[in-house]
Amino acid sequence: MNLDLSFYNWDIIRNFVLKGFYFSVFLTVVATLGGIFFGTLLALMRLSGKKWLDFPAAIYVNGMRSVPLVMVILGFFLLVPFAIGRPIGAETSAVITFVAFEAAYFSEIMRAGIQSIARGQVFAGMAVGMTYGQNMKLVILPQAFRNMLPVLLTQTIILFQDTSLVYAIGAYDLLKGFETAGKNFGRPYESYLLAAVVYFVICYSLSYVVKQLHKKIAIIR
Amino acid sequence: MGNWDWMVFCKDTTDGTLVASCYGTGHEYTYLNWMIGAWGWTIAVSLSALAVALLAGSIIGILRTLPDSPWLVRFGNAWVELFRNVPLLVQIFLWYFVVPALVPPMKSFPSFALVVIALGLFTSARIAEQLRSGIQALPRGQRYAGMAVGFTTPQYYRYVLLPMAYRIILPPLTSESMNIFKNSSVAFAVSVPELTQFYLQAGEETARNMEVYIGVVVLYVISAMVINRLMAYVEKHSRVPGFVVAGGTGGH
Repeated sequence: MNLDLSFYNWDIIRNFVLKGFYFSVFLTVVATLGGIFFGTLLALMRLSGKKWLDFPAAIYVNGMRSVPLVMVILGFFLLVPFAIGRPIGAETSAVITFVAFEAAYFSEIMRAGIQSIARGQVFAGMAVGMTYGQNMKLVILPQAFRNMLPVLLTQTIILFQDTSLVYAIGAYDLLKGFETAGKNFGRPYESYLLAAVVYFVICYSLSYVVKQLHKKIAIIR
Repeated sequence: MGNWDWMVFCKDTTDGTLVASCYGTGHEYTYLNWMIGAWGWTIAVSLSALAVALLAGSIIGILRTLPDSPWLVRFGNAWVELFRNVPLLVQIFLWYFVVPALVPPMKSFPSFALVVIALGLFTSARIAEQLRSGIQALPRGQRYAGMAVGFTTPQYYRYVLLPMAYRIILPPLTSESMNIFKNSSVAFAVSVPELTQFYLQAGEETARNMEVYIGVVVLYVISAMVINRLMAYVEKHSRVPGFVVAGGTGGH
């Protein structure tokens, strides 16, 4: 079999691939920000020391983490319309799913980050009269974020790879873009290969950046 | 959402009649039969892929720690970066569509085998990374001690480094084994009749998405828990008294 990539030109990339690429990036960014926000809330619930906050958060986090992402994506897409009484689009569904799913993973990272802060810091904050909220916002969380930055970014790279799974509900992402282009021009093999190369280049470059960042942070600490 | 119908699992898949025993025998084939069969496929894909991943991951992990072999180390590093930085679904498509087109003898491979290769090699990169850090977590003196008593390189890996390294990486290996069960769900994309595929088909056929969904999720959770307990058992019984190591690397 001969591979022929020559059919890929700027028009095809613009018409098929870019749209998917934008959605993959959008999904990654929204899921990372939303996941870190809700994940931090979940982590705070789990570390609150109050059983009625800890228990539901633990159930949520462990539940999400024991179900395959594909099943979570399919579940939200097919079951949420039942719950709210009207259909939702594949793209909207994907965004909701990824925020909800990643919150569980990010919460574990943030929990480890918060626990990595020395107890003395918490007491010091209390001693100067800070409230719980002030203490978290000004003392604990900034340090937890910095300590966990490489792990958070690594999770974001995994998240970017996982966005390809929205294939299951037919959302138009980067992989779907390549697949559609390949099918329309009768060159599916080349398209899949090119998709792999593009994913590799993006993820490899990002993980290289994270590695450098990790070294930098390790020196400061 | 009050109207559950759990009897859906007891219905015959061809004519939709209720089967009294729920698990049909002989010519009766209920959705429960189908689901258990799909679970079997999930387990088969996962365990076979785990075997491939352990084998390939061990070899690559060891290559990356060999002394004085920069090209083998580079090969191992390239392997890990390659399989780690491409999404699993894309890798499955490559093995399913592209590789058989490039390598004609592989055209006769069943999709089960292709998925096992894809999932196995994908996971091998993670296991290789864990084993590398496990070996490097050992004090350097252990390697030198092995050399000093006259072991060849394979011998001191076999008798000195690997027995400890594998024990160190058991916790991340546990989560990787649980991940493989979760990741096997991606095989639905290339029509392996496993649990996710069962959910898609049976959910549509019966219009009972909720019940089928919950059934499938429960089986995934049970699988993960069984693996977790098995690995905890292995960990407990392979423990070396007085040897405590914290660490290893995390999984996803």
